[in-house]
Amino acid sequence: MCGIVGLFIKDASLEPKLGQLTSTMLATMCERGPDSAGFAVYGPATKGRAKITLQSPDPDRDFAGLTAPISKAIGAEVSLERKSTHGVLSVPAGKVDAAREALRTGHPHLRIMSSGDVIEIFKEVGYPTQVASRFDLSKMQGSHAIGHTRMATESAVTTMGAHPFSTGPDQCLVHNGSLSNHHNLRRDLIHDGMSFETENDTEVAAAYISWRMKQGLNLGEALQKSLEDLDGFFTFVVGTKNGFGVLRDPIACKPAVMAETNQYVAFGSEYRALAGLPGIDAARVWEPEPATVYFWER
Amino acid sequence: MTYHNPPTTPRKSAVFDDYTLSEIRRAASTGIYDIRGGGAKRKVPHFDDLLFLGASMSRYPLEGYREKCSTTVTLGTRYAKKPIELKIPITVAGMSFGSLSANAKEALGRGATIAGTSTTTGDGGMTPEERGQSQTLVYQYLPSRYGMNPDDLRKADAIEVVVGQGAKPGGGGMLLGQKISDRVAEMRTLPKGIDQRSACRHPDWTGPDDLEIKIIELREITDWQKPIYVKVGGARPYYDVALAVKAGADVVVVDGMQGGTAATQEVFIEHVGQPTLACIRPAVQALQDLGMHRKVQLIISGGIRNGADVAKALALGADAVSVGSAALVALGDNDPALESEYQKLNTTAGAYDDWHEGRDPAGITTQDPELSKRLDPVLAGRRLANYLKVMTLEAQTIARACGHNHVHNLEPEDLCALTIEAAAMARVPLAGTSWIPGQGNL
Amino acid sequence: MPTVDLATTSLRELNELLHKQGAGTNETQWEILNPKGRHAVAVGVDAPLNIDIKGPVGYYVAGMNKHANIVVHGSAGPGAAENMMSGKVVVKGDVSQYAGATGRGGLLVVEGNASSRCGISMKGIDIVVKGNIGHMSAFMAQTGNLVVFGDAGDALGDSIYEARLFVRGSVKSLGADCVEKEMRDEHLDLVDNILQRSGLNGVKPKDFRRYGSSRKLYNFNIDNADAY
Repeated sequence: MCGIVGLFIKDASLEPKLGQLTSTMLATMCERGPDSAGFAVYGPATKGRAKITLQSPDPDRDFAGLTAPISKAIGAEVSLERKSTHGVLSVPAGKVDAAREALRTGHPHLRIMSSGDVIEIFKEVGYPTQVASRFDLSKMQGSHAIGHTRMATESAVTTMGAHPFSTGPDQCLVHNGSLSNHHNLRRDLIHDGMSFETENDTEVAAAYISWRMKQGLNLGEALQKSLEDLDGFFTFVVGTKNGFGVLRDPIACKPAVMAETNQYVAFGSEYRALAGLPGIDAARVWEPEPATVYFWER
Repeated sequence: MTYHNPPTTPRKSAVFDDYTLSEIRRAASTGIYDIRGGGAKRKVPHFDDLLFLGASMSRYPLEGYREKCSTTVTLGTRYAKKPIELKIPITVAGMSFGSLSANAKEALGRGATIAGTSTTTGDGGMTPEERGQSQTLVYQYLPSRYGMNPDDLRKADAIEVVVGQGAKPGGGGMLLGQKISDRVAEMRTLPKGIDQRSACRHPDWTGPDDLEIKIIELREITDWQKPIYVKVGGARPYYDVALAVKAGADVVVVDGMQGGTAATQEVFIEHVGQPTLACIRPAVQALQDLGMHRKVQLIISGGIRNGADVAKALALGADAVSVGSAALVALGDNDPALESEYQKLNTTAGAYDDWHEGRDPAGITTQDPELSKRLDPVLAGRRLANYLKVMTLEAQTIARACGHNHVHNLEPEDLCALTIEAAAMARVPLAGTSWIPGQGNL
Repeated sequence: MPTVDLATTSLRELNELLHKQGAGTNETQWEILNPKGRHAVAVGVDAPLNIDIKGPVGYYVAGMNKHANIVVHGSAGPGAAENMMSGKVVVKGDVSQYAGATGRGGLLVVEGNASSRCGISMKGIDIVVKGNIGHMSAFMAQTGNLVVFGDAGDALGDSIYEARLFVRGSVKSLGADCVEKEMRDEHLDLVDNILQRSGLNGVKPKDFRRYGSSRKLYNFNIDNADAY
């Protein structure tokens, strides 16, 4: 039960303002999700480099001196940029899996929020505006971003229970609603080798999408397939390296509104989230249809 | 001597017992599931499985009559400009005009008013009879919105957003055609004589994030004066109560599976929801985890019958309880004096639950003008008031015996349990032990 | 003419001001600026005021309206004019889910599109939508009239009681117990009357087709179980 915002920029001149616009959008959704907040930002790519976003309950202890052992383990130079409780580790492209393995074995108390060429995911417990400001969301740049404010339903209010959930390299998913068959689906996915960090229903949806994509489906196909296998109420917003997708369940009770101009595609749980966007008065504003996959790519 | 083979005593199945067999035959014959009123009739762990410890040497009891044991309760202290002050911690639950006769609704208002407590409308709007006779009236805001209007909303003393009820968490209402009289039809804007199919979700919001906005609208319409209750059926009480609080409720009402309904599928009443006893501690835990225990008040309902039940619910952390079925009995429902008439309906006093058929000889769950006349609202109101006061005296007696000067000072530690089941559900030790089974999980 | 700027005045102050206006008030023209998608704007009004809301609003605009004439110069979120009793609410843009939900009287005019569940559980309100309406519209609609210039989505009029639905465009699918019915003279007159009150023109009553209840679910029959 939550608020969702998303902004997918089509006109590169708006990219420097991505964080500022997303931060304003996120702030309007505080009441819908006062427990925790998070956001995925698709920033500029650095040629030959990938990044892994980490979170630590004790960042002073964990992030100091982290780069040396990781560099040694993967045999390549890495660097770390700390942002509050999170750190973005820059590793050579092609060394992501090795770095993740080194983190998993050598630094198991660090949580991996995301990895990919451009994605960074930040999420924490707390009031959404405070979460956004501790990570300086308003200063971030990039091509697209997805933000989420959470009102926890049946799982704990924790950092890992906050959205977005990363679903694979440069992929993320956020959810508003409540799934009703996630326990069974979780067991099936675990049987097929997927692993979980939380009891959250949304993580099951995220893992389901990853699982389908591992089978060779593209994101749009995986979303389409989820309509057959997920039960309950949901609005999903998903991100990929170049893409941005939206899906509502067939009943479509949870609110969703979208806007599109020549400059951007935007998503909000309510119109309030879109009210501050440039040119919104002239934008095409509509509500996504139930059981219909929407997907933009650039 | 001749030796006879001893006959086998006919043995009936415990699985296919007489009731089950009759249900199979009934379904096969009528082609409709059994619909009835009331709450769960099956035996579930209940307040009877708890006992108070009382005072002796380690605790000092209060003297009856002289040493005061207060019973007042204030509901709606979180946001409302005008919280509700009640003299007793027992309220009358929502029951609709439509399911009940106008005289019965009036009697509930009269009885509650004499006793110093509130009564509640139901799925059919507010009647002038009940508003006129109820000093404190809670107006239910239901999925059907029958008769919903801003004037009555403003006339109410509190608003109860009904998300669910214990008899059927997740289910809608069902009022069969027999009871849709002219007046009921007009109040509900329905054709006379048809079955009323009620929705299970509210028409214009779904989920706690939307409910938060709905509550703000209701507060804005009523200028933030009235407490807003949120009523949930006893399904997932920890999460439901936490979400009601997050959505902005002033008061949360949790109705366990023994809570009654006017009419619903028997399978729903008996097989969905948790016993009242099992709902209280998770509900209180949710309030405590949010730092809102006693700030957002908790009302417990579903099978409350006497002052001991009241005291036990309060000891487990409730701020007040609510009675529905018991109030109807106090008015005269299922009275053995009417046994011959119950027999004519193929039932017996004490078992009659076909409230939806509208043939209640007690004149309570009916819209038949002749039957309705049998209930004298003044006399029945007095009976209800007596009953509410007796329950209050009983709860006070227990509270004093445990050394408390207010019924709200009763604690779980004043209780022990007779059965392992009740000990686990109420999270109090099994009698004679310090063992609370099932600790460590919600 | 009082002007209330929601950029500088709280929603509470606005609604309190509107609630203070009685039937005989001289302050009948109101303008509300910068709603920016706020919820519960001008709810519970109980006086014959003319209220212009300059911009898009959120949930429940004009909720439970009585007597007032409220115009939203923009789009509206879920539950516009929910449970309206009387008066008129016009939304110049689109409306979200649940427009006119449980409305008991008055007229709601949507000049754009309405999304799902338009007129859900309506109880006497008249609703005119110039564009299209979404799925599950007029679910459990009890009485009143829904007039749609454009198309209707899936499951129109599911579990409908006595409300009358008039759709000019296509209907993607009808819900349980909802059927097309003959458009008789009385219905042409009714649509004509509603169109005139709505102030919208360019369409003729005969362009509309009528849908309503087949009344098969009015009393339970196990052979209709598929519909439940």
